[in-house]
Amino acid sequence: MNIEAASLTAVFAAGSAETAAAFIEVGAIVLGLGLLSRVASRLGVTAVPLYLIAGLAFGDGGLVSIDVSEDFVALAAEIGVLLLLFTLGLEYTDEELRNGLRTGIAPGVLDMVLNAGVGLGIGLALGWSFLGALLLAGVTWVSSSGVISKVLADFDRLGNRETPAVLNLLVFEDLAMAVYLPVVAALIIGGTLLETVSSVGVALCVVGLILFVVLRYGVHLSRGLDGGTDESMLLAVFGVVLLVAGGAQLFDVSGAIGAFLVGLALSGPTEERALRLIGPLRDLFAATFFLFFSFQINPADLVDIAGWAVLLALLSAAAKVATGWFAAGRRGVSSRGRARAGTVLIAHGEFSIVIAALGAGIDEGTELGALAAAYVLLTAIFGPLAARFSDQIVARVSSTGRLKSQPRTPV
Amino acid sequence: MSEVRETKLPGVGVRHEFTNAEGSDLAVIVHHDGRREILAYSSDDPDVCSTLVTLSESDTQTLAEILGVSHVVETVAEIRQDIDDLAIEWVEVPAHSEFSAASIGAGEFRTRTGASIVAILRDHKPVPSPEADFVLEAGDIVVAVGDPNSLSALRSILGQ
Repeated sequence: MNIEAASLTAVFAAGSAETAAAFIEVGAIVLGLGLLSRVASRLGVTAVPLYLIAGLAFGDGGLVSIDVSEDFVALAAEIGVLLLLFTLGLEYTDEELRNGLRTGIAPGVLDMVLNAGVGLGIGLALGWSFLGALLLAGVTWVSSSGVISKVLADFDRLGNRETPAVLNLLVFEDLAMAVYLPVVAALIIGGTLLETVSSVGVALCVVGLILFVVLRYGVHLSRGLDGGTDESMLLAVFGVVLLVAGGAQLFDVSGAIGAFLVGLALSGPTEERALRLIGPLRDLFAATFFLFFSFQINPADLVDIAGWAVLLALLSAAAKVATGWFAAGRRGVSSRGRARAGTVLIAHGEFSIVIAALGAGIDEGTELGALAAAYVLLTAIFGPLAARFSDQIVARVSSTGRLKSQPRTPV
Repeated sequence: MSEVRETKLPGVGVRHEFTNAEGSDLAVIVHHDGRREILAYSSDDPDVCSTLVTLSESDTQTLAEILGVSHVVETVAEIRQDIDDLAIEWVEVPAHSEFSAASIGAGEFRTRTGASIVAILRDHKPVPSPEADFVLEAGDIVVAVGDPNSLSALRSILGQ
């Protein structure tokens, strides 16, 4: 109450110099993000890589650094993660999740083995601890559903026959994250072997239980939150997300996972309405999160890790193409469609950054952050390009193949 | 009516697909937000399609009105998705069917298959809740409700 009163007085009484400085900083940051987002939509790419570049330019070791409003921006970034994961959970209905579990297991497991394998392998090759490598595995595993759904819609591919295979993989990755995130969160907290094993066990049980309740009884939560004006629903949903996230944090399960599970729990009309209402709020806070994430990366670290990032991007692109090729092939799609499914999966984004941010506190945290940022920059920019020119690439490859075989098959 | 193949697009909606009389594949994507896209598949690469038109929910109703499709069908289709193990089926009475001139009562369909006939579509006009003395004709479309087993039993005794 005192704090509120004090800050209100500050606003009305034209405030202290500090408040003014904070407003100017936050205003400049948000305006800058707005301009970047406009540039991104002009270029037809997602804004995430641009936010990351901006953060690099203005953060630690960059051109300018923020100081007065850092606490506020840090809290806004935390809220951004929660809303980001909440809307990622919202993305699919409970029926789609159940279907994904039932039909998507084989491609989903291949996706995990190949793509998490790349991250794990590179992490270990860098001489990181197993935990560091496991986090990098998560970074390379999960494709960006944000970038991919934008690419599919922009390139008019929603009706294509390879598209259900791609979307089912995204659903499976979403579900897999509900298990992966609490496990690594428990591992990060660490402790003795016994403590770690028990906290992983507890986290898995809690998530399993919540997931079961969500898939069974999510309808009731949806009904409870729905109704009323847009205003009341926005406040209620925002409140529930923060409460559940805070509650999860108390039990040492990451708050982001709590928010994610709330998103999974909502379904039907409530889901669409929540997405429409929270969407703008998510955009604001999530942009702050991406910016704040790369604020903390020293551009010098990024240069050091660039070679590894390129290697990581190339290997994981190959792994994603193989995954998409296999998944689309199961649906009887021809080679051009299989290549499209593979290349569209290359793009990584929001989830990869969230995972890297989760590991910021571990020994390799700084390197992990820099590597993940560079990796997301590369895949989020070149992934959609590869997807765009996939047909031409396949045509080129198959025509050279034909040229080579011509002497052996005279006409 | 040609066979409509349905594919779920997680996070997007549902794609309905069929082959038209000319042999080209057409699809309609029903988005979660109610938008509809009508798409045609390319003859060059059968896995690729391009959007012909995008329709809002009210555009869809306008178009359906012009094309002469009954809205009832769509509402029924939605109900059908909501209830597990209870399905609604449209079964055409073929010319060779032993019931092509029999009354519904004489066919004893509910006793024999477990499926209930709730309506008949004749020349695209619905006859809701037909009486037992309603006489079936070849070409009638029988709308029946039941579990999947009873519906397939009904299909087979009607000669499909």
